[in-house]
Amino acid sequence: MDRLRDATAEPPPGPFRAGWWKSPVRGPWLTSYFGSILLVGIPVMFLTGLVSYASYNPRLAGNDTTPGKGILGFYLFSWVTNPSWIYRVSQGTHVILGLTLVPIVLAKLWSVIPKLFEWPGVRSVAHSLERLSLMLIVGGAIFEFATGIADVEYYYPWKFDFYQAHLYGAWVFIVGFVVHVCLKLPTMWRSLQRYSLREIFSTPLARTRPEPGDGHGLVASHPLPPTISRRGVLGLVGGSAAAVFLLTAGGTVRVLRPLALLSPRARSRGTGPHPEANDFEVNRVFAATGIPVFATGDSWRLVLSGPRTVSLSRPELMAMPLATEVLPIACVEGWSTVQTWTGVRLLDLARLAGVDHAVDVEVESLEKPGQPFRSATLASNQAGDPQTLLALCVNGEDISLDHGYPARMIVPAAPGVHCTKWVSELRFLT
Amino acid sequence: MRPATPGTGQRPRSWFRRLYGAGPAHAVLMTAGFAFAGYLLTRILGASHPGWLLLWFVGAIVLHDLIFLPLYSALDRVLTSGRRGEVSAPQGPTWVNHVRVPAVISGVLLLVTFPLVLRLSDHAYATASGLHESVYLMRWLLVTAGLFAVSAVLYVVRRARWRRRAQ
Repeated sequence: MDRLRDATAEPPPGPFRAGWWKSPVRGPWLTSYFGSILLVGIPVMFLTGLVSYASYNPRLAGNDTTPGKGILGFYLFSWVTNPSWIYRVSQGTHVILGLTLVPIVLAKLWSVIPKLFEWPGVRSVAHSLERLSLMLIVGGAIFEFATGIADVEYYYPWKFDFYQAHLYGAWVFIVGFVVHVCLKLPTMWRSLQRYSLREIFSTPLARTRPEPGDGHGLVASHPLPPTISRRGVLGLVGGSAAAVFLLTAGGTVRVLRPLALLSPRARSRGTGPHPEANDFEVNRVFAATGIPVFATGDSWRLVLSGPRTVSLSRPELMAMPLATEVLPIACVEGWSTVQTWTGVRLLDLARLAGVDHAVDVEVESLEKPGQPFRSATLASNQAGDPQTLLALCVNGEDISLDHGYPARMIVPAAPGVHCTKWVSELRFLT
Repeated sequence: MRPATPGTGQRPRSWFRRLYGAGPAHAVLMTAGFAFAGYLLTRILGASHPGWLLLWFVGAIVLHDLIFLPLYSALDRVLTSGRRGEVSAPQGPTWVNHVRVPAVISGVLLLVTFPLVLRLSDHAYATASGLHESVYLMRWLLVTAGLFAVSAVLYVVRRARWRRRAQ
């Protein structure tokens, strides 16, 4: 028993000893500064993520990517169609902000790493629970950022379903986040009072001193001489965030497009017989669908199933009253592109099928059953929006096979995968 | 809320605080947090491939805290070893941060784009976009070269200004 007590009194060598940590800039102020940025950034990430889930209208048949969500769907609401740019902005924010916050998350984790090795590791029930709760926030943060980055770059070194994992991971993260904020907000506020930003930015390397220690276990007991000032650290982290932003945001923000060298998308190539009109980002090329080319030719018919069943050829659709709308395709991966679409209003097609009021519509594509997003169910407010088109042309020319020829849906404010391509049938759910 | 801290009491410590290590509000928060986390675990166990999910969750912590962070800290220690003291000494600005800053920015860019840069997902990328990931390695290298070049120019300028002032 005495031996055991001796063992706990003296920390094991290495990172468990206070002298191991040498950074002269690590301390409560720095941690709190990064924390205060994440205190704003993480809730924005969480809310835009919840909005993204709602935008799929998961209550409608076939739309739910996470059917086992249970009470986590408590907030779901019918997704809007107006303003048409709403999903473009919220999802663009989710992805671009997520990438931009990476250096800040890394810096925050770096600043608190001595706490992982604090000794003794178990002090009381409360202390142990607190440390356990940190697993939720740290694991949740790294998991969410890693899976999000991997998804927008089509990299899946796992077998779980991204949609489910990213949703559940987000809730685990936010539980840890809320607990952590409740515990640490006063500490953060107090620590921020140590220096003003003006002081930080007017202190060069030569006058950079370690923060006074105060029992947080962050300030090194035997720091090395500084090699970077605190303003230098902020510049390094902020500069990294700015670099990520500038080089990736062009996938969504048009003016930054020339700089978007490292955006996964923000590049395109014209396809089909009218390449200039069809020169914008594709999601899922025709060749990958397994749809035989002849199925999109003269024999193609659009079937409308409602009180009446109607079958229409492409020339018959082109002869109907056509509407032109400028609307975005906005992907869950954050990129978006605004184009000028021409086609038949879904409302007009509904009338042909004998439907005179707004109803939910199931949109089927030519793709084989089992392909992800081969069909989508549109809510009645989406189907009833006068801007919702069965698009036949884009920028004045026929849409190309890669963009959904013979016809595709364009739904204002809907996520891109709900703008079904290669449409074969519209079922009006009366 | 007051976090669990040992022996901060000017007030006499209640039996609860003695036993638990913090006040009742702390206990309520922890109970609520872990109860909800427990519910989330039931959702996760019902998801597809929960083993992979949990492995990634725990693996992510291990990978970051015990491999990635020590690795970049060690690299930084190598970069700055022997330069400490010199950096703020009368020899003027040293090159340390002129290597550190472009290296960190380039590293962060690689961290958020490595599947593209290393072409780890080229098939899925081509299936989605009709394009290939082959451009990204060169782009990242060019950005990295640009960052180091700008940093080197700034270093030369800073040295020259410092020398002029010293004379």
